[in-house]
Amino acid sequence: MAGLKLTNVAKTYGGSVEVLKDINLDIQQGELIVFVGPSGCGKSTLLRMIAGLEKISDGALEIDGQLVNDVPPAQRGIAMVFQSYALYPHMTVRDNMAFALKIAKKPKDEINTIVEKTAEMLQLTPYLDRLPKALSGGQRQRVAIGRSIVRDPKVYLFDEPLSNLDAALRVATRIEIARLKERMPDRTMIYVTHDQVEAMTLASRIVVLANKGIAQVGTPLELYETPQNEFVAQFIGSPSMNLLRGEIIGTGAQTRIKLLDGRYILSDVPTTEEDLGLTVNVGIRPEDFVLSDENGAYCGTVDITEALGEVTLVYFKVDTLADGAEPIVAKLPGVQKDLRGTRVCLTAAPEKVHVFHEGQSLLYRNR
Amino acid sequence: MSPLLQGVVMILIGLSGCIGYFYVSNFVLDKIIFPPKLDDQGRNINRANLVRPWLFLLPALLLLSLYLIYPVVGSFYRSLFNRANTEFVGLANYGALWNDSGFRTALYNNFLWVLVVPAASTFMGLLVAQLTDKLSWGNVAKSLIFMPMAISFVGASLIWRFVYAVDPNIGIINALRDTVGLSPMDPLQLPFWNNFFLMVILVWIQTGFAMVILSAALRGIPEDTIEAAVIDGAKPRQIFFRIKVPQIKGTIMVVWTTITITVLKVFDIVYAMTGGNFKTEILPSYMMDYMFRDDGRATAVAFVIMILVLPVMIWNISNARKEMR
Ligand SMILES: Nc1ncnc2c1ncn2[C@@H]1O[C@H](COP(=O)(O)OP(=O)(O)OP(=O)(O)O)[C@@H](O)[C@H]1O
Ligand SMILES: [Mg+2]
Repeated sequence: MAGLKLTNVAKTYGGSVEVLKDINLDIQQGELIVFVGPSGCGKSTLLRMIAGLEKISDGALEIDGQLVNDVPPAQRGIAMVFQSYALYPHMTVRDNMAFALKIAKKPKDEINTIVEKTAEMLQLTPYLDRLPKALSGGQRQRVAIGRSIVRDPKVYLFDEPLSNLDAALRVATRIEIARLKERMPDRTMIYVTHDQVEAMTLASRIVVLANKGIAQVGTPLELYETPQNEFVAQFIGSPSMNLLRGEIIGTGAQTRIKLLDGRYILSDVPTTEEDLGLTVNVGIRPEDFVLSDENGAYCGTVDITEALGEVTLVYFKVDTLADGAEPIVAKLPGVQKDLRGTRVCLTAAPEKVHVFHEGQSLLYRNR
Repeated sequence: MSPLLQGVVMILIGLSGCIGYFYVSNFVLDKIIFPPKLDDQGRNINRANLVRPWLFLLPALLLLSLYLIYPVVGSFYRSLFNRANTEFVGLANYGALWNDSGFRTALYNNFLWVLVVPAASTFMGLLVAQLTDKLSWGNVAKSLIFMPMAISFVGASLIWRFVYAVDPNIGIINALRDTVGLSPMDPLQLPFWNNFFLMVILVWIQTGFAMVILSAALRGIPEDTIEAAVIDGAKPRQIFFRIKVPQIKGTIMVVWTTITITVLKVFDIVYAMTGGNFKTEILPSYMMDYMFRDDGRATAVAFVIMILVLPVMIWNISNARKEMR
């Protein structure tokens, strides 16, 4: 069972700069875990602690049920793919891939067989005798991946492996990595990215990091459908979820919320009588909005429209909101011509309406 | 006029002369020779841009040929004449060199120097650079090791005369011999090995140079290639020899050849320590022996040295250029 277990893991730099604290995470063998979070939240730091490149300031890291806090990187059974590829510039592709095996003193024929098989798999055979500088970015990335595959580690660590590639290549390599994972169902992978699409498509579970800790852990759809807090709600999904102030005026299996402009909206989030009168934030994803008649929850004047072809983004100002307030975004299907400047009313189905109190989702609090 | 004022005036004249030259020549080129007239504006600007580098380089080229090429040709010419510079003797001076056992000793010793000093200095420099890299007091250590660079070769020789002194109360070698009960000796008279005692002085000086350059090169190695090697399981020694050294190979070669060129020019150490006695002569000090006494011979030696330095120099420059790319 090559699982990973992090218990109260923390990282402090120089005794005072706290970067991460109280990280608790249980990763099963064969999972593909994606770390996402805003820049500087400590994704790389956490990954590097797992790799052993960074000391763990506090807490316990177990791989395969063994405490590895003080085990050197090479003996943790991990391999890492760096954002900058980190290929050895003076070695050919073949030597780059063979390096770890040579260090481990594997027999020559065995090394050759493994390297050639891996090169074949990654379509690198024609480049085996080239130096890294004679390769394209995508090829270099594949060599970096190949270098980790030949060691057959229990855990693969990827730190933003695709961020240096152009958009088309990123998609292709992403699919490549998904295939790779499929071919090795019993290998665990941890993948850092700040690209949402990568996170949503690759992950078996996503870990959202924020404010020195974990904001939420869950499958991509869990995070999308039932975010635990406003941070995750706004971080996952593009454009971000709209948040609007309101007051609970009806509780029960369905909650009735009065919005600032006096209109009402229903949510499937259950509440108790104690919640009556609570000031909350109502969250609705742009894509959950539907056009409605004058009884809709949000009415206002369309400010800007952005036609993306299959959808149109509609930014509009709610009547009663102050001028400086952020406009509300709706993602409407198809091409919506001539909406600009007109008055529209939008609403959302009760099961799509999230309710947050002091940043936390009421759904989770009341469950 | 006081000498100070005189100096300042001369500097001002020189500077304004330079600026004036560039300004006027540029003006002549742009406005008179290739004026950007309406009909062939673009072509004339391109032409002027082709000529301009040569125009600006001209003073430097002239001075270089005056002070570099002329002496080389002049020296060679002088080496074809006899001692009194009265009679053309052809290559006789070179023939005489070849038949002189003193010259052959110098050549042989110089060969040893070229073999040992650059290798030892580069190796020590690399070692120190690596060992002090992550040390909190590394910079202090580095400054101390770099210090000999600031001492002249003669000064360094004087310091090492104390180290090699025969009196056990002064010389450290004889002090050590004294404590184990051996009688004092003069290390500089020990045949063959005395060459190496002299080389130690130059290694002592050049290690600092090698260390500074190589330490900068080591810092330039991408950190993540080292981290990748750590994850690949490489031990510190393997990381050093298989990841770090190959990545700074170009710089190592530049340092090596630069020190080689220095070695081929140094005469001060031998001159100050042994005066070329006890079979410690090397080519530059051998040349000094003949200078002013027999300029024909001396210039012939100078020419031989130049021929020896030239290939190293060319190699050095091509290496350095490769590094810069
Ligand atoms: N040596 C250090 N000393 C002090 N603080 C550090 C050090 N290294 C990193 N940090 C801090 O730790 C925090 C996390 O850094 P980290 O590189 O893990 O962020 P990240 O989530 O990977 O960001 P990005 O998405 O930009 O790569 C940052 O705020 C950074 O300033
Ligand atoms: Mg990072």
